[in-house]
Amino acid sequence: MNGWDWNVAKELFPSLLKGFWVILEVTVLSSITCLLLGLVIAVVLRSAPKVVSAPLFAVVEFIRNTPLLVQLFFVWFGLAPLLGSTTPLVVGVIVLGIHYSTYTSEVYRAGIDAVPVGQWEAITALSLPKRYGWQHVILPQALRRVTPALGNYIISMFKEVPVLTAIGLAEMISNTQEYVATFNTGYLEGYTIAGLIFLAVSYPTAVAMRKLEKRLAKQ
Amino acid sequence: MQSNESNPGVKDGTPAVRFDNVVKRFGDLEVLKGLNFSVQPGERVTLIGPSGSGKTTILRLLMTLEKVTEGVVYVEGEPLSHMKKGDKLVVAGEHHLREVRKKIGMVFQQFNLFPNMKVLRNITEAPVHTLGVSKDEAVAKARELLDLVGLADKEDNYPSQLSGGQQQRVAIARSLAMSPDILLLDEVTSALDPELVADVLDLLKDIANSTDITMLIVTHEMGFARDVSHRVMMFDQGVIVEDGPPSQVMGDPEHERTRAFLKAVLGESKPE
Repeated sequence: MNGWDWNVAKELFPSLLKGFWVILEVTVLSSITCLLLGLVIAVVLRSAPKVVSAPLFAVVEFIRNTPLLVQLFFVWFGLAPLLGSTTPLVVGVIVLGIHYSTYTSEVYRAGIDAVPVGQWEAITALSLPKRYGWQHVILPQALRRVTPALGNYIISMFKEVPVLTAIGLAEMISNTQEYVATFNTGYLEGYTIAGLIFLAVSYPTAVAMRKLEKRLAKQ
Repeated sequence: MQSNESNPGVKDGTPAVRFDNVVKRFGDLEVLKGLNFSVQPGERVTLIGPSGSGKTTILRLLMTLEKVTEGVVYVEGEPLSHMKKGDKLVVAGEHHLREVRKKIGMVFQQFNLFPNMKVLRNITEAPVHTLGVSKDEAVAKARELLDLVGLADKEDNYPSQLSGGQQQRVAIARSLAMSPDILLLDEVTSALDPELVADVLDLLKDIANSTDITMLIVTHEMGFARDVSHRVMMFDQGVIVEDGPPSQVMGDPEHERTRAFLKAVLGESKPE
């Protein structure tokens, strides 16, 4: 293995940057998926009749307790061919989004449970509809509490996007692999730059989340 | 029952509230043991008794926060926990519950204001979303009520910016905004600092004297109970021990258990 070569680094950088944009795209789309789906799961588990909530609970537990990579392979090699043409990006977004929604649903659940039971009693006493209660009283209070925790899961997910290389998504890591395969060099430069790019995004975000957490705790 | 002179609200006809053989169990614990009583429209009834005697459960059943185990609760002649289906009474659905309980308001020990809404919106939300009153009308009425409870200048504050006593007065305004026929007061001063209790009780006395709202009150403030109620019911272990005007139940109780309870409570509230 050779030492650090600035020329290789320079050559690699544009394709790494391109790969980074793919990672961001996946992160944003999967975040939207897992934030919305997790909320729906939390509310359904909490308020739907047992015939609906019990099977959903089982599915959520199953997904949360099996590896992401296995799920990716299952959907990519097992399900996707049955559905016709699809891309690693679409499958990646869906699998990551669903996988992480099983975590975010737990976060939402904790936030919902932390709202005092007296809030529901007041909703009942005022004859306000359940839907109103969720929308205007319970969730606004729950979401405030869980925003930092949700943010941390988004950061985790962001760092896990390179797993999608396994199903052929062209992002930073796979672009490096390709370069290495072609020129038989660039391990050090490619993975170092990729790591630094990750760090440059996730560290400031994590710090911001911690600040937000402190600010919300004060109020 | 007492004379109509001191209790103008009492009329013949349908009671505002009627408990018909109501049993309430929590697991193995029987909290109410076949309870029968009525409250007439306009009547103000205070429920007293040791904790665990079932007083708060009665209010919570009326507010449909709990379900009866056996028996039926009637509100203005309508079964609350059940609905008529042909000749039979079946367990009520959510829609029926919402309709019947519009007549009932409740003020809680812990206020239970919505902390994410300003004071004014706390008061206007239910009239707008439950009764379908227009926003302007609801706001006008809310301002009137805030004036009544002495907090006209606080409409833009969040509940957390108010003292406990102020929050409870907002909660009272919020329940009155629904124009309830029946108001349930569940230990409304128990969570307040001692120096804030009098203001809230005075406000409730004013409301009692200036309206004909039927009130069911659970309180340990015996002076307030005496001043404001037409009737006092003493509970112990899920049954009514004594039932009569405050002068009798509190002034000259017949039962040993009532005497013991009053002695304990009055002793507690007079530390000097």
